[in-house]
Amino acid sequence: MIQTLPELIAAHPLFAGLPGDVAELVAGCARTVAFGPGRLIFSEGERAETLYLLRRGRVALEVRRPGKAPLMVETLSAGALLGWSWLLPPYRWHLDARALGTVLAVAIDADCLRAKADKDPEFGYRLLQRMSAVIVDRLQATRFRLLDLYGAVAP
Amino acid sequence: MTNASSAPAGTPVLVPLAYRVVARRHETADVTTLRLSPVADAVAPGRPGQFNMLSAFGVGEAAISLSAAPDATGEVQHTIRDVGPVSHALCTSAPGDLVGVRGPFGTDWGVDDLGYGDTVVVAGGIGLAPLAGAIDVLAERRRYGGGRVFVAVGARNPDQVMLRAELGRWLAAGVRVRVTVDAAPAGFTGGVGLVTQLLPGLGFDPARTTALVCGPEVMIRFSVRALVDLGVPPGAVRVSLERNMQCGTALCGHCQLGPLLLCRDGPVVTWNDELATLLTENER
Ligand SMILES: Cc1cc2nc3c(=O)[nH]c(=O)nc-3n(C[C@H](O)[C@H](O)[C@H](O)COP(=O)(O)OP(=O)(O)OC[C@H]3O[C@@H](n4cnc5c(N)ncnc54)[C@H](O)[C@@H]3O)c2cc1C
Ligand code: FES
Repeated sequence: MIQTLPELIAAHPLFAGLPGDVAELVAGCARTVAFGPGRLIFSEGERAETLYLLRRGRVALEVRRPGKAPLMVETLSAGALLGWSWLLPPYRWHLDARALGTVLAVAIDADCLRAKADKDPEFGYRLLQRMSAVIVDRLQATRFRLLDLYGAVAP
Repeated sequence: MTNASSAPAGTPVLVPLAYRVVARRHETADVTTLRLSPVADAVAPGRPGQFNMLSAFGVGEAAISLSAAPDATGEVQHTIRDVGPVSHALCTSAPGDLVGVRGPFGTDWGVDDLGYGDTVVVAGGIGLAPLAGAIDVLAERRRYGGGRVFVAVGARNPDQVMLRAELGRWLAAGVRVRVTVDAAPAGFTGGVGLVTQLLPGLGFDPARTTALVCGPEVMIRFSVRALVDLGVPPGAVRVSLERNMQCGTALCGHCQLGPLLLCRDGPVVTWNDELATLLTENER
């Protein structure tokens, strides 16, 4: 079944459950995109101008290391959001994002989204609330990983 | 879950029986799986989740869980991480060497009453070893139409992923296996992230799920919280808790956790509020 852009957006956890006009509003800034296996979706230091809603496939967030293979620090799957550096100046990606297979996503233009959020603060607040929940989730998971949980000597 | 089950009457629970190492498999740089065969008398067959006290002669004794369900050979299998004198002696023992075994001790995962609804297994690090026998049984049942089985494994890095042969076998039996590590070089095909982040995407039905969780205690706490947040009833979560064990027979008190003697009332216990408090208080 072919889904329309607003349907795809409304079905994604980032926007699920919000009033229907939110998906319509966001769809005005969005398009569907696909990346082949191994494709670099964005690159450290580049201008961050897109929010991706992952629909299918997996993406690795990588840190480059001189003279060594890049280190994967997180993988994201369908239902995740990819990229938040577009939210705050200086709007630069901190990491590389690479498709680990075929990836389907909704790409949302960040300038357009920020302009809509500025114009409609209620929408902006909701967007920030949802984004913060994801950011907090990943921050917590990152903190727990700092504990080196599995390296502990005994089960 | 099966209740406290020390070794059956007639088994000499304080005297180790002699077993011989018949096979050894290096899992990771510091984890080894041993198969042990009785030289003469054998301990009673254990159930997945129970443990034996293994002795390295002249070094000492340590509690080590069974890492495979019992089979017709009468052998026992243990997967051991080299962290100190006893585990080091065990990990470096070679085929033909003698090891002392007494047990089996403690409660088990209770796999007999599982396998009709969904079962979610969450394992961190060496915590996969005590769960492996239970997954074996559930995977076999799955092959013949049993309930769905989901396994989420967390490890520090790809080199620390153990029991790879078992992981492949479970996948082939229709078990949904997902592995995640804290960090990995590019090219790793598993996930990178916290083991709890695997749970929402596994696809189990929380209301009809039983969860089995084993790993370091902090990881257990986070995992139980994540499962309960997803809608798994706390009473449907079983965890394996471990304390320093000496006698294994509820005599010495070394393994006490609040009102529990974990060699008898554990290691596998059903999650409840009191346990949640005990585990947080204990770590203050
Ligand atoms: C019921 C039960 C089942 C177990 N199953 C397994 C298993 O299947 N595989 C396996 O590798 N290990 C298992 N263990 C852990 C194992 O018994 C210990 O690591 C044991 O102490 C090893 O003895 P050792 O002489 O090698 O090291 P030790 O000298 O005793 O310990 C080395 C270091 O580990 C720490 N340590 C020891 N035990 C624990 C513990 N329980 N929790 C946190 N830190 C600890 C010590 O403080 C010390 O720093 C289990 C423990 C229990 C209680
Ligand atoms: S180990 Fe002695 S009482 Fe439990």
